[in-house]
Amino acid sequence: MNFDYSDDQKFLKGEARKFLEARCGSAVVRGVLNNEDVSFDKDLWKGVAEQGWLGAAIAEEHGGLGLGHIELCAIAEEMGRVAAPIPFASTVYFVAEAIAAAGTDEQKADLLPKIAAGELIGCYATSEGPGALTPGAVKCKVEGGKLSGVKIPVTDGDCADIAIVLANEAGRPGLFLVDLKGGGVTVETLKSLDPTRGVARLTFKDAPARALGAAGEGFNITEQVFDRAAVLLSFEQVGGADRCLEMAKEYALERYAFGRVIASYQAIKHKLADMYVKNEVARSNAYYGAWALNTNAPELPVAASAARIAGSEAYWFASKENIQTHGGMGFTWEVDCHLYYRRSRQLALVAGGPKVWKERLVTQLERRNAA
Amino acid sequence: MDFNDSPEEAAYREKARAWLEENAAAHKSTSANGRRPNSPEHMAAAKAWQTKKAENGYACITWPKEWGGGGGTPLQSVIFSQEEAKVGVNYGYFTIGLGMCVPTVMAFADAETKTRFVGPAMKGEEIWCQLFSEPAGGSDVAASRTRAIKDGDEWVINGQKVWTTGAQYSDYGILLVRTDPDVPKHKGLTMFWIDMHDPAVEVRPIHQASGGSEFNEVYFTDLRVKDSQRLGGVGDGWKVALVTLMNERLAVGGSSGPDYKTIMELARTTDTVNGAAIRDGAFREKLADWYVAAEGLKFTRFRTMTALSRGQTPGPESSIGKIIAANQMQEMSNAGVEMEDQYGILTDPSEAPLQAAFQQSLLWAPGLRIAGGTDEILKNIIAERVLGLPGDVRVDKDVAFKDMPTGR
Repeated sequence: MNFDYSDDQKFLKGEARKFLEARCGSAVVRGVLNNEDVSFDKDLWKGVAEQGWLGAAIAEEHGGLGLGHIELCAIAEEMGRVAAPIPFASTVYFVAEAIAAAGTDEQKADLLPKIAAGELIGCYATSEGPGALTPGAVKCKVEGGKLSGVKIPVTDGDCADIAIVLANEAGRPGLFLVDLKGGGVTVETLKSLDPTRGVARLTFKDAPARALGAAGEGFNITEQVFDRAAVLLSFEQVGGADRCLEMAKEYALERYAFGRVIASYQAIKHKLADMYVKNEVARSNAYYGAWALNTNAPELPVAASAARIAGSEAYWFASKENIQTHGGMGFTWEVDCHLYYRRSRQLALVAGGPKVWKERLVTQLERRNAA
Repeated sequence: MDFNDSPEEAAYREKARAWLEENAAAHKSTSANGRRPNSPEHMAAAKAWQTKKAENGYACITWPKEWGGGGGTPLQSVIFSQEEAKVGVNYGYFTIGLGMCVPTVMAFADAETKTRFVGPAMKGEEIWCQLFSEPAGGSDVAASRTRAIKDGDEWVINGQKVWTTGAQYSDYGILLVRTDPDVPKHKGLTMFWIDMHDPAVEVRPIHQASGGSEFNEVYFTDLRVKDSQRLGGVGDGWKVALVTLMNERLAVGGSSGPDYKTIMELARTTDTVNGAAIRDGAFREKLADWYVAAEGLKFTRFRTMTALSRGQTPGPESSIGKIIAANQMQEMSNAGVEMEDQYGILTDPSEAPLQAAFQQSLLWAPGLRIAGGTDEILKNIIAERVLGLPGDVRVDKDVAFKDMPTGR
């Protein structure tokens, strides 16, 4: 049985932690939070690119490090721990994975090296309005290689260079690569629950669009990409939830009330034990997801759904109960609790919310039982 | 990250499998009576199987060879148990004795006593039980009131234990008693081994809230034990008890009863006012949560096995298992019962769906949330031993036991 990070992976994770603790303290996160004109931390982005992490799971022939996806999971866990204010997930988990999965050789050779080098920021645009993503909800259209329509909200759409857009062509859903710096694109930054991850409305009017993957496969590829992203996001969720538990513990051990530290009250101890239990359930499901992702196992849709559901639940619980443990201080702007409360929502919604994933999981289980 | 055995583990599994294949079939109790736990036939089959395992080094895989053990690793023990469960010959009668009582005897008894008891216990010839919990001390085991008073070379014991698993078929037990009520509670305890067949020991089955009687009360009326039956020093009983509890066997099995697959099956064939329950959105959300929790437990066990495989000692993290499993069992069985609507009230296996599986586990679940550490005690363990939070304020720490407030 070998169901844990290897020693090499642990070493990489330890290095990532050191780097991110040094380069991404909460002052860095707040630099983005407190400035509406800044959508991500450019120094951190550059540093992460120099570490090679943008291309951790990108093949060496395309300029990446050619490590496995477990290594990327280890990095994701550390990114989540510090609530890194950079478009890492959009660019690496969604766009790079989509190009690697569905791109032509030419597209891969063109785009992946730029992503690995930190020269290209990507975003993945599916939503057009409130509610779950369904085929009927897609109104964006491509005709004669030109895209028209509106995508809202698009995470990191405010800073991305390219977008992968879900749109219909000849009545069939497809994915399309669009240069956001080119013509026919209007980008508007919007306010969001988590200002440390930018969100935009992208309005396309006859914007040049290149197909990514086969015609009619837009939803199928998106499902595959979301499964892969869900596993990586679940590691960010585990990292964030762990940090919330640590913060709650550190505070409870130094805060006195009624003559003793609040960590000595069972109401607090049991709350923190509940956090621990949920975090471990999330971690174990995330590990299974990592295995399925790394081996392209047929179990990936089930494993990814379970990882995402458990990660979303654990991070939600840990982030809200961390505030509760901090009492009034936890509700101030100056204390970091709300950074995690906000990020927990961003991560739980960005690839479809828990309700969608629970339905996906049960559908998969029914299929598995029928087989 | 994978689920594969290392080459050494795979070789051990192969060896265990081959041995089980050759020997297990003859030790399955197949008659109607023999399949019923606690029946004489079932017990006889279990004992014979245990003897067979002992003769081949599979009874106590991690024990040293000089005591008849297998001289193996904890992970080998887990591997063997997994393979044993697959062939359907795992019996539970010896778990407490070999997992907790006999290791305590081995740690604290003299050579003669050890020689006398280890072999027969390992072969299943003698069964042991653990006499710790009392009516006034469940979670607070150190509050034991059963009293032992020295009389020459003997001790005279009076009092009562409760929730003793297997007392009705046990031959020996380890017993935690109060030898000095004038010192604080942890300091006045002493441990003995006792003969459960002594006429001064009376075992009475408990009529549980579930309707069954798996556990017992044990009464001691002027039970006389020799001072040589003492395990550890006078007043060192709490230290000895901690050794017993630390020996608690690594829990690797899942809990029994209906699981997410069972309730999916029920939901396919049971209607709500809006059609089959399996189509009901509220049910589907809950089902997803149950699946995620069950898988979380399964993969947490895999992580524990990985730690063993790498030669590490798993810590109290495994306490999370029972908290999740017991609560999930309770919630899921109630969801099954409510799904059956008016029919859910039936417990008759010939009438209730799936032989009343959900009703039975509904009635059993409250016990599972208490047995072997309540939810609340397990959360304390996580908070204190895993997270390092302070222990509770103890108002009884420096008070003589006899002066402690006791309530009812």
